[in-house]
Amino acid sequence: MIDLSNLGIHEAHDLLQNGEVTCRELVTFYLDRIKKLDGEIKSILTLCEESSLEIADKVDAKIASGQEIGLLEGMPYTAKDMFLTKGTRTTAASKILGNFIPPYTATAISHLNKSGAILLAKVNQDEFAHGGSTENSAFQKTTNPLNKDFVPGGSSGGSAAAVAADFGIFSLGTDTGGSIRQPAAYCGVTGLKPSYGLVSRYGVIAMASSFDCVGPIARSARDTEIVLHAIAGVDANDSTTVSYQQLTGKRSLELKNIRIGLDSNFVNHTSILEAKKTFETSGHKISSIELPDGDLSLAAYYVLVPSEISSNLERYDGIRYGQVSDKAKDLMDTYSMTRDEFMGMEVKRRILTGTYALSAGYYNAYYKKAMQVRTVVIDKFNEIFKNCDVVITPTTVGPAFRAGDKADPIEMYKTDILTVSVNLAGLPAVSIPAGVDAGTGLPLSLQIIGKLGDDNKVIALAKEFQSLTNWHKLDSKEVKS
Amino acid sequence: MTKVSKDIVENIARLSRIGMDSQELELMSRDITSILDFVETLESVDTESVQPTSQVTGLKDVWREDKVNNCRITRDEILANAPQTKDGYILVKKVL
Repeated sequence: MIDLSNLGIHEAHDLLQNGEVTCRELVTFYLDRIKKLDGEIKSILTLCEESSLEIADKVDAKIASGQEIGLLEGMPYTAKDMFLTKGTRTTAASKILGNFIPPYTATAISHLNKSGAILLAKVNQDEFAHGGSTENSAFQKTTNPLNKDFVPGGSSGGSAAAVAADFGIFSLGTDTGGSIRQPAAYCGVTGLKPSYGLVSRYGVIAMASSFDCVGPIARSARDTEIVLHAIAGVDANDSTTVSYQQLTGKRSLELKNIRIGLDSNFVNHTSILEAKKTFETSGHKISSIELPDGDLSLAAYYVLVPSEISSNLERYDGIRYGQVSDKAKDLMDTYSMTRDEFMGMEVKRRILTGTYALSAGYYNAYYKKAMQVRTVVIDKFNEIFKNCDVVITPTTVGPAFRAGDKADPIEMYKTDILTVSVNLAGLPAVSIPAGVDAGTGLPLSLQIIGKLGDDNKVIALAKEFQSLTNWHKLDSKEVKS
Repeated sequence: MTKVSKDIVENIARLSRIGMDSQELELMSRDITSILDFVETLESVDTESVQPTSQVTGLKDVWREDKVNNCRITRDEILANAPQTKDGYILVKKVL
């Protein structure tokens, strides 16, 4: 039997096309792993066993008839439970949507369906993507597949854990302040947050609409690129979508003598030392820059995002869909008892913070001020990109933390200190493994940030890094079966 | 430091339609106070002549024709998720 562990898209495609493995065997391999190992990892919320085997058989029939299959055809993947999937329960890991069966499918998932990829399962996350550890899920706490005492990060922690545990070839996540990159970093996999607007948000449960981005988590930058190209594009159902052409204009995306910006605060971080060594060998030039202040970006983020959340989460009213409190006696009860009973503490905290920031008398001091600081952060990046093609930082200050260690909300917010400024400016950024923490043995990662629309450039640089190093190939001994 | 009292939290909880008991209000008063304390650093930035940013791609006025799209979702499919329905409508508790 061929070893199917830790396959990339191209390898799996070749095995299928050459008839060395059937798609049913491939899907079964992942389903078996999930059944065997997810009891401890707890990354899966809904398993799509029947439908995935059904599609696999169709792919097998196509191959058997001598036809060529597309690159993503027959590729088993998982998706964060933020993506609506027609006929398959979608919860955002919240009790309020515990019984919700969407009547339509998110555009990103539709694109993958059309390309023949196979949705294996919907995976866990922090409730409504509010959190950085997947401990805020209303259903279960996902553990880090590399060491179960540690968190997988969040909010796309189920996605990162599923990829690290080899439950499928890639996963789809969302990133509002670091929710793809931070869990990818904690689990030692590759996570891509595309430019804002490049991937449609239609059918993605809304958190903060001017920040939310859809992107892939996979075992290599090469695979994230394939997935991004399959899901990106202007969508009539999301009027904020843009094309690469609109974002990049006539800018060159060539990967020669790249000018890399590095903030002096990070020069001694393991991932940065590794990056310097690698990129200088390939002829790129590293120059000193000063990044926007992390605390300031985080402060602007934690005014703007709760404000957008308070507005977006008004829709959970116990009337049109989702759960309703059975104690409600009148309409006001329906709203307030339902939202109290079925929403978690972090969700309530953010709705209340946002409502406060937007309320009469405080709007200028908080919301407007934070929108102005957002401009200041964007201007700062524009200055940096006058002399640099990309910027590198560690993705996170340290490795994954122990479960239960960040009970204080602000301590949890701070885990995104190196990722949020990217979201304020809507920039593309990729997180790739680039070292190991000596104390915990857990991965440390590098973040590569590009100009708005330079997604291909950050991916190309990540691919180059991965062609010269092996950090992305390290996998857990514990999850290996 | 801005102190967000329990009374203020009670008011914003009412505006947000989240029923909360006294203990939860107390906890939220403490948490929101510390969040606002944390974001106070925003005041250190001079934004006198800075325009606010509400979106990052610079798209303007995305129009489409005002006609119904090819919507394939049926009324039954939509109502299937409503907690209570009657005669093809969504049922709500008494308003007044």
